[in-house]
Amino acid sequence: MKLNLIIGLLLVILLGGAAAIGAAWTPYNPMQLDMLNRLSPPSPAHWLGTDEFGRDVLSRLMTGATTSIGIAVTTVLLAVSVGMIVGLVSGSLRGWTDRGLMAVTDALLAFPGILLALALIVILGAGSTGIILALALAYLPAVIRIVRSAVLSIREKEYVEASKVIGNSQAYTMFVHILPNCLAPISVVATSMFGWVILAESALSFLGLGVAPPAPTWGNMLSASQPYFERALWLSLAPGACIALALLATNLIGDALRDRFDPRRLQA
Amino acid sequence: MLTYLTRRLSMMLLTLSLVAVTVFVLIRLVPGDSATLMLGEAGSPEQLAVLRARWGLDQPWPIQFLYWVKGMLTGDFGISTRTGEPVLPLILARFQVSAVIVLTAMVIAVLIAVPVGLYAAWKQNSWADLAVVSVATLLLSIPSFWLGLLLLVIFGLKLGWLPILGYVGFGEDFSRATSFVILPVATLALIEIGVLVRMARASAIEVLRLEYVTHARAKGLPEWRVLAFHVFPNAFAPTLTLIGLILGNLLGGIAVLETVFTLPGMGRLLVESIFARDYPVVQGCLLLTGVIFVLINLFVDMLYPIFDPRVARA
Repeated sequence: MKLNLIIGLLLVILLGGAAAIGAAWTPYNPMQLDMLNRLSPPSPAHWLGTDEFGRDVLSRLMTGATTSIGIAVTTVLLAVSVGMIVGLVSGSLRGWTDRGLMAVTDALLAFPGILLALALIVILGAGSTGIILALALAYLPAVIRIVRSAVLSIREKEYVEASKVIGNSQAYTMFVHILPNCLAPISVVATSMFGWVILAESALSFLGLGVAPPAPTWGNMLSASQPYFERALWLSLAPGACIALALLATNLIGDALRDRFDPRRLQA
Repeated sequence: MLTYLTRRLSMMLLTLSLVAVTVFVLIRLVPGDSATLMLGEAGSPEQLAVLRARWGLDQPWPIQFLYWVKGMLTGDFGISTRTGEPVLPLILARFQVSAVIVLTAMVIAVLIAVPVGLYAAWKQNSWADLAVVSVATLLLSIPSFWLGLLLLVIFGLKLGWLPILGYVGFGEDFSRATSFVILPVATLALIEIGVLVRMARASAIEVLRLEYVTHARAKGLPEWRVLAFHVFPNAFAPTLTLIGLILGNLLGGIAVLETVFTLPGMGRLLVESIFARDYPVVQGCLLLTGVIFVLINLFVDMLYPIFDPRVARA
């Protein structure tokens, strides 16, 4: 079953590499119109063909990878770091802080994540900043819940008790003894969240509520390809395949992490 | 059992109020109120004031909230600023379309995924198991809107078996209506099968290790009885919870699929209303989805003791 992890990591290297290279260099200018070469099929000059404005699909996919993966990484980092601190404080302090925070979290958890993101986009406006904030807020409650439940089980451990007894401050105990022991569940949730965000971002862009064209993302390329799928199927195949491969990588690595960290499996 | 029900119901009421407050606050946070949006740049301050007074927008938030809740309890969800229609009938008509698709897809997915997951768990680490898990992981990695587009190209365009555009209500022409929903249902079902097979398999593997399964086998029960009466009910409980969560997410995320298949469902209505800044409808859609999500989870929790009686006793 180690094969999972290898395939997942290879996909990460492939897509991450495309995104990194796309940030610095693309075969063609992804925004360059070429009306004489509209909808041309894949060829040695344009490996993945050109779109309805004659723009090079491969170049747009690479720039799209930079945008989509960049948005996903920023969102996950934001949600995980905020969620980690809130979950840690909530779980360590308990009392009214905990109850108040949990009431808000529960209210937000009563909505499916993608719907909450849609509502937040309305408030924050479309565009990459809006998407990052909306998705981070939408998936934050899940992170808080997971971190808090990890904290609750760890705070009863003897080494936490010991740290308190020898007179360490609450903050020191929280960050030095409790937090590092929550990193395993946090890494699992961060990985799955990366997948949710890639999917949600492409769905929002697909609906026209994400990053606006002409700047390419996988979602808005797929959306723009719809009127042409009769004549130019490659336009729909390429961005969809990128999203699917990114999700596959996330799922494979997520499974591997879960196998590694799930305490129930360790006992078995 | 009764205490379990009472506790669960009171928790639900609390969650429902939280849902209402969240939707209310979210919509109030949108820049510009309905009066400014309705009148646009042309509205004079006097006109704005009249409209705000009529809709109660000049009142403080808590009072507005109470009026809003009172309206909803009497079935008044406000008026669409785009079409002038009452919000509730509009949303309910569109909701039917989405609900038919989501529920049919879920039933098909459960009927296929649970037995397959159980089989894969029973044959754990065989080639069949590996094949099932690989296919399931692939399926769950495909974005619904892409799979929908591909199915549309294959069955609508290349083979010409099914229509590409449009929708007819089931009341008008049943067989044509069916032909329009086959592809969206198939798309959702395929993806849900991916999610559910993995869940059913994982929980069945845990149950198969337990001593009562060994005991059931040792007392000479045929293997199918062990699987059907000892493994299945216990392995199904976690899957049931997941089904509830997925149903909510499907309703929330169905807008993309309805866009691909040009279906007049609630997801499409929500997105159109967001573009048209028709906030009463947006508010209604958010609230309805939130309430349904809560009700589904309640329903799941009510079913749970059937599969795992320990829950009700705790």
